[in-house]
Amino acid sequence: MASELNTITVAAAQALLRKREISSLELTRACLDRVRAVEPKLNAFINVSEREAIEQARAADRRLASDGAAALCGIPLAIKDAYCTRGVATTCGSRILEKFVPPFDATVIAKLRDEGAVFIGKTNMDEFGMGSSTENSAFGPTLNPHELGRVAGGSSGGSAAAVAADECLAALGEDTGGSIREPAAFCGVVGLKPTYSRVSRYGIIAYASSLDQVGPFAKSVRDASILLRSLAGIDPNDSTCSARPVPDYERALTGDVKGLRIGVPREYFVEGMQRSVESAVRAALKQYESMGAKVDEISLPHTDYAIAAYYLIATAEASANLARYDGIRYGLRVEGANNIELYDRTRAAGFGAEVKRRIMLGTFALSAGYYDAYYLKAQKVRTLIRQDFERAFERCDLLVTPVAPTTAFRIGEKTTDPLTMYLSDIFTISVNLAGLPGLALPCGYDENGLPIGMQIIGPPFSEENVLRAGDAYERAGAVERRTAKV
Amino acid sequence: MAESRISLEQVRHVARLARLALAPDEQERVRRDMDEILAYVEKLNELDTSAVPPTAQVGEAGTPMRDDVVTCAPRADEMLANAPANERGYFKVPKIID
Repeated sequence: MASELNTITVAAAQALLRKREISSLELTRACLDRVRAVEPKLNAFINVSEREAIEQARAADRRLASDGAAALCGIPLAIKDAYCTRGVATTCGSRILEKFVPPFDATVIAKLRDEGAVFIGKTNMDEFGMGSSTENSAFGPTLNPHELGRVAGGSSGGSAAAVAADECLAALGEDTGGSIREPAAFCGVVGLKPTYSRVSRYGIIAYASSLDQVGPFAKSVRDASILLRSLAGIDPNDSTCSARPVPDYERALTGDVKGLRIGVPREYFVEGMQRSVESAVRAALKQYESMGAKVDEISLPHTDYAIAAYYLIATAEASANLARYDGIRYGLRVEGANNIELYDRTRAAGFGAEVKRRIMLGTFALSAGYYDAYYLKAQKVRTLIRQDFERAFERCDLLVTPVAPTTAFRIGEKTTDPLTMYLSDIFTISVNLAGLPGLALPCGYDENGLPIGMQIIGPPFSEENVLRAGDAYERAGAVERRTAKV
Repeated sequence: MAESRISLEQVRHVARLARLALAPDEQERVRRDMDEILAYVEKLNELDTSAVPPTAQVGEAGTPMRDDVVTCAPRADEMLANAPANERGYFKVPKIID
């Protein structure tokens, strides 16, 4: 007799746990049963922590027995394998860290442990966050729960799929160029990339330090708001982390969008876009108008340069961040006659093709004679992109755009040419360059039943408005949440 | 055929800088990929950025300082637990100095 408890939201679970109608143990067991049933097909998890999860659930139930348990006490979550979890293997989707067991917790992991959350396991991802489909994982791709021949998106494909398939109640991901929002859209779940510096990056294996941001996947915008509140906040271990106080994001979900000024950037509706994606987002805009929002076309004139700027800045930062994988203190080691040979061979054996490609590009962009032409130029274009948004937000409160030009593509469809894959990041990438918050949420399905996502972008630290707008749309019921067929 | 933006010799040089041992066929594949991507990123030259300052950081945190006091003292055995080679509390590496 299979329980359906794994299909409920975090908000619903919180209420049931506090009323003692269910236990965290029952909730966790329901998730683990589902994991056992679908993992052979999905490959959303690299490691499942069954024994630890049960222990955590039991401990959570003891805490819930007295009042005052924290918000996420007893809630089963899946964690992207880029987060250091003490005592639990953390691979970052790479062979070079296949056996790495961190001796410490990432700050957000420590926060969640303190609250008594339950960790179901570590989810699959493109190696070091480099990819848009989870096909670059050293441990096989994650398949889309809505159609197994298609990608779950990337780089946080495992976390998105795990939520979509109800293997957990919510999950954590990380977004550098769209790695939360794109898989959220492909898998038909909610994904939030907060403002850069809103959430601590300490203990999150770094890809590009000026772009990386940690955020939640959830089944509803309300759930994402609940999670953000637990994740956000100052951290002395991350010097880039903001000291701004963390609001009660759930309280902002008033359902009211009357008078909200929504901007629609004309550069985000391009030729070659899937027709059903465009019509779903335009229908969502009509929905907003019917709820009292004002919708206006605006321009972000430097949109077309974002991918070029990103693939110089992100790769340059990555080449520096990945220099630490040298086979000396942790990770894979391939012996050599001397230390240089050891580094060369270790890294050649441990990194996949895409990672090598990006390290090479980044190293080149930073090298003597090329630094000005490539890296510095890209940084200047980053300023122009940022200014585009600043100007837009003088006239609008929020922007609404598609998340990706298409719905989930087929496994192997975009892997022959790296540039083809890069171009699918067109709608998400500028948001990281500007450091803004971006929320992806379902707004329809295409002719094949594949989920379509829309993106809500706000000025820095406007998560309350962004989440309010997303929640209002969700509550209006224009789009039904379809259970994944798997 | 369009001129290459990067030569095989440059690829080898960058691979040395990045400490990556690339096999000869890999080198050519990487050269081709880099060539394609570098051609694409050249579109940035369409923009006049002579008066534009670069953005290195999009956070507002600045550079917070703290007192130079030990606040975290991890145990040596924990730090060595992942070491591919260690001995008597040291990480073992190939001989560097003769």
